[in-house]
Amino acid sequence: MAKTSKNYSTADIQKKANQIREDIIKMLEHAGSGHSAGPLGLADIFAALYFKILKHNPDNPDWEERDILVLSNGHCVPVLYAAMANAGYFSRKELMTLRQLGSRLQGHPERMRLPGLETTSGPLGTGLSQAAGMALGLRLNKQQHRWVYVITGDGELDEGSNWEAIMLCSKYKLSNIIAIVDRNNIQIDGPTEVVMPLEDLKAKWEAFGWHVIEIDGNDVDAVIDSVNMAKAIVEKPVVILAHTIPGKGVDFMEYDFHWHGVPPNHEEAMKALHELRTLQGKIESEHE
Amino acid sequence: MMEMHLAQNWDKVEPMKKGYGRGLVEAGRRYENVVAASSDVTGSTGTDLFAQTFPDRFFEVGIGEQNLVAIGAGLAAMGKMPFVAAYGAFSPGRNWEQIKTTICINDQPVKLIGTHVGLSDSGDGATHQMLEDIALMRVLSNMTVIAPVDSIEAAKATLAMAAYPRPAYARIARDDTAIITTENTPFAIGRAYIYRGGLDVSLISTGRMTTYAMMAAKILAKDGIDAEVVHVPTIKPIDHAVILGSAERTRHVVTIEEAQINGGLGGAVAEVLSENLPTPMLRMGMNDRFGESGGPEELFKHFGLTPVNLAMTAHRLLMDHSGHKH
Repeated sequence: MAKTSKNYSTADIQKKANQIREDIIKMLEHAGSGHSAGPLGLADIFAALYFKILKHNPDNPDWEERDILVLSNGHCVPVLYAAMANAGYFSRKELMTLRQLGSRLQGHPERMRLPGLETTSGPLGTGLSQAAGMALGLRLNKQQHRWVYVITGDGELDEGSNWEAIMLCSKYKLSNIIAIVDRNNIQIDGPTEVVMPLEDLKAKWEAFGWHVIEIDGNDVDAVIDSVNMAKAIVEKPVVILAHTIPGKGVDFMEYDFHWHGVPPNHEEAMKALHELRTLQGKIESEHE
Repeated sequence: MMEMHLAQNWDKVEPMKKGYGRGLVEAGRRYENVVAASSDVTGSTGTDLFAQTFPDRFFEVGIGEQNLVAIGAGLAAMGKMPFVAAYGAFSPGRNWEQIKTTICINDQPVKLIGTHVGLSDSGDGATHQMLEDIALMRVLSNMTVIAPVDSIEAAKATLAMAAYPRPAYARIARDDTAIITTENTPFAIGRAYIYRGGLDVSLISTGRMTTYAMMAAKILAKDGIDAEVVHVPTIKPIDHAVILGSAERTRHVVTIEEAQINGGLGGAVAEVLSENLPTPMLRMGMNDRFGESGGPEELFKHFGLTPVNLAMTAHRLLMDHSGHKH
């Protein structure tokens, strides 16, 4: 049965999120390339998903009653791999094979390589469309009790094809889709509002027929509550605009778009791990 | 050599989309998981018959071909066998990356139907004439590329694709197209067929150009040249054995297609021959240029894609390469 049947407390999930962050730092340092800021910012959402929200079974990734998680912003896959490993899909040791030749943990997720991945992503703007197809398929299969979660970046919404999918989900009233936008306000070239302004983002989704919930995406209780609220909305699809701090948990990475697409070097990784283990100086590390 | 079972006369014409539409409805009856979608071209792609027969299994996605194919990938991920149809100029013309990422790398059995291909969207001009689709789809790993000769073969191809567990693309022409095959003419994905046996030159063709190749063979016969016609309805994976066997017999090859010869059937046949059995060959089709507006027949004449052009090209090949009786 699903690991989520375990009754994790908020504190447990926060601990999982911190473990996921440590794993992300170690993976990225070891791999020598990859994206730092987004995955760190998403750790609380992924901890909430994999340890509370998702109906899933790490021992049987193809379980026919599972919920579907589509990671549209594939470059944030380190957070997905770390969450999956911590949930028991594979050993945490395997995380250190990220981006290595022959690894199941490709630089961007590939469905055919790793059980538990629902799709392949990286090129931005395809997750919502695939999720729409999945939701339509579930409707035909009379499995509307299964939820389809789509995680997208905010900069990713620059891709026009997203809005084709956003219109379609609304047209077909795909209420078993819950989209979560990682609203961290950065993309590679700089702040989203400088590169290509997205605001008023809430009004945009609403104008396209979606129900919008805005939350602090680094607050696991807010994540869990918002998903529960989303599930109660049956007449339209729901998007959660999750405001996150890019680089969350590592002081010198937080809010800095320069950390979007680069990994920490050894010294930076040590510093980051120390911060994560001491909760940015609030507690004493057990490791040092 | 045994003659292929083909139609007695070729007076009957029909657009290939009719065959696709009939095949899709039959596929829908046979397989419950067959679903279809179109991007505001339901009628002009022949998907309307399925949409009327199985309204719950049809999705109108509006004018958005990127969304169209990725929705197909999502449906396939949930166990469906989706057929997604649009003008070839737009799908796979506009959405190649979505096809690569969500269908091919995922290895989802989405079936892409590109209509109005080649010069068949004659009046609409270069923007709508899809001549690059064979090349675009042929380079994608996991993809299969199909080009039927007429509506009967289009129906067979549709049924075959519905039972085929991998990604596939089929290109079909818009116009009324001569029906040259019958229900008994064989079709299987991956196979090429010798429609006419011959010893002097192989005319290797795909799509409706096979009809022209058959007509060219008749012209050549009057000149004392015994042409073999090889119909290649599956361009990828290409049937090495049949193509090499024919080239071995005739030692001369002309390819003809309603597409860019670079990367198209001509390119595919050249790859097979040059690596296995280097053979003098000429490629006919569109040679690195765009189409333009005109009447259907008028465009074939303008771009040199008539049976007479093909016969002349075969003559030229035979004359240029010594050892033949010329």
